Amino acid sequence: MRVTQGAFSFLPDLTDAQIRSQIEYCLQNNWAVSIEYTDDPHPRNTYWEMFGNPMFDIRDAAGIMGELQSCRNTFPQHYIKLNAFDSSHGRESLRLSFIVNRPDKEPGFSLERREVGGRNLQYTTKSYAVERPEGERY
Amino acid sequence: MQQTSLGNGGNGAAANVKTGAARYKAGVLKYAQMGYWDSGYVPKDTDILALFRITPQEGVDPIEAAAAVAGESSTATWTVVWTDRLTACDKYRAKAYKVEQVPGSTDQYFAYIAYDLNLFEPGSIANVTASIIGNVFGFKPLRALRLEDMRFPTAYVKTFKGPATGIVVERERLDKFGRPLLGATVKPKLGLSGKNYGRVVYEALKGGLDFTKDDENINSQPFMHWRDRFLNCMEAVNRAQAATGELKGHYLNVTAGTMEDMYERAEFAKELGSVIVMIDLVIGYTAIQSMANWARRNDMILHLHRAGHSTYTRQKNHGISFRVICKWMRLAGVDHIHAGTVVGKLEGDPASVQGFYNVLREGSNPVDLQKGIFFEQDWAGLPGVMPVASGGIHAGQMHQLLTYLGEDTVLQFGGGTIGHPMGIQAGATANRVALEAMVLARNEGKDIWNEGPQILANAAKDCAPLKAALDTWGEITFNYTSTDTLDYVPTPTPA
Repeated sequence: MRVTQGAFSFLPDLTDAQIRSQIEYCLQNNWAVSIEYTDDPHPRNTYWEMFGNPMFDIRDAAGIMGELQSCRNTFPQHYIKLNAFDSSHGRESLRLSFIVNRPDKEPGFSLERREVGGRNLQYTTKSYAVERPEGERY
Repeated sequence: MQQTSLGNGGNGAAANVKTGAARYKAGVLKYAQMGYWDSGYVPKDTDILALFRITPQEGVDPIEAAAAVAGESSTATWTVVWTDRLTACDKYRAKAYKVEQVPGSTDQYFAYIAYDLNLFEPGSIANVTASIIGNVFGFKPLRALRLEDMRFPTAYVKTFKGPATGIVVERERLDKFGRPLLGATVKPKLGLSGKNYGRVVYEALKGGLDFTKDDENINSQPFMHWRDRFLNCMEAVNRAQAATGELKGHYLNVTAGTMEDMYERAEFAKELGSVIVMIDLVIGYTAIQSMANWARRNDMILHLHRAGHSTYTRQKNHGISFRVICKWMRLAGVDHIHAGTVVGKLEGDPASVQGFYNVLREGSNPVDLQKGIFFEQDWAGLPGVMPVASGGIHAGQMHQLLTYLGEDTVLQFGGGTIGHPMGIQAGATANRVALEAMVLARNEGKDIWNEGPQILANAAKDCAPLKAALDTWGEITFNYTSTDTLDYVPTPTPA
């Protein structure tokens, strides 16, 4: 399977040149770019690990690409995404987020159903990968 | 833009306002003479303002007609009553303060009217509408009347909680940023069994949509009772979530005959883990505010389908402009509202629709006559409502949709998903790929308005479903003239 979180997961994996253009777009808008990684891509895993703080003061795409490369070197089999933070009033949240690295094999998720009263069901999504401890999953 | 102003700027004497004993002598006076016209009135920052398009009966003076609208929508009755003198009646009288001829028309006038804040109950759309669109719309001296726009002062905006979730929090909750969301309404909208209905939901969500949707009139009918629909849809939503690793939702329509039934359905949706429920505009303003409260208490996104609005929004000379409905619904607290597509099968002139979107999404709206915005409106921190574009749109229009409607919107391709020649999943994938390719290109600085078809064709090289979609619908357009058009058009200025 392919985890389809993020803005561009239905396209072929972005090349570095394409990633760089997106970073430039973020910088033109005065958004701060950050890098996050995880080996628990559960759809409700809100807090991926931060690869450093958002880069408020790096205003050139090359610098950010360098950070991304160092994250990839450290975590080649993790999911890595780029986020862009907009601090303007009324938004103060992410404006763009897309995956830039994923493991070679994505085992996906199982759906557990707990049968409760009547025909009701309670659902839980479980990642196959998280059966193993953090760091040993992919 | 030429305007004929019939009264603004200190011409109050012309109305011959009566005072004292002469004002309160039993009998009938003109509304203007009763004090409902005041050309010298300067609206207070705390006033609620309304702009009406009035078409007086032949022979009725437009200023008197405007004063009558002010009177009938505030304190007046047809004759003088002495009991006015027991009240601070000058304060409670709405004041028509400006009347001008509608550009390009001979018999229509714009009447600007100011209402004191104390005329209204805090936090009640029902109360606002009972005054502003109450008796006055049936008033005989007018041939037609249309409420074009309103301005709500910060003091009044702050009496509402606004959207239960709002655009920013909806995106954070769903973890979806940087692109419009995608949806589809299950079709056929009536007749599918629960099991078959859920199949459509599963296929569309797994294929790449973020949301699927009940249609406005799917409630609890003999072919599918509501509980069965909810159970099957949530099975489909959860299966699709597990298959994609991405959060998904189905707008479960909880519209029902009573509030008790709606609450019961909404509670069941919550119990099953739905992120979103849906209501129809026809349930009424009070029910909408109640459901917004419920949604806020239960971390639920609230989708509003504007069923019924065209009965009063579409004709230009009578009714209510949809931009006013947008303002009321933002105050009332819905998170999504259908607001037009520009390019699809339903009514909507491009500039008007952009005006609606601005009213729903922006933190404040400057006056923009060319988009139909007559008043400056500050939303005082009230979250934005996500406009939904639905009705006769397809993947081949993606560059136009993104240009006209921007990013904070839900694009709904019902027929364009379910009618795909390769199946529902393929239809969903085609739409998602088209969307992502267009956003990527826009961010790269490409001129998507002109290069859009080429961008789609390139994306289709890696995506057979998109190619099939473009081959099937690429040429379909709905070029009809809108009936609800704007009065102010850009005037070319010499370079």
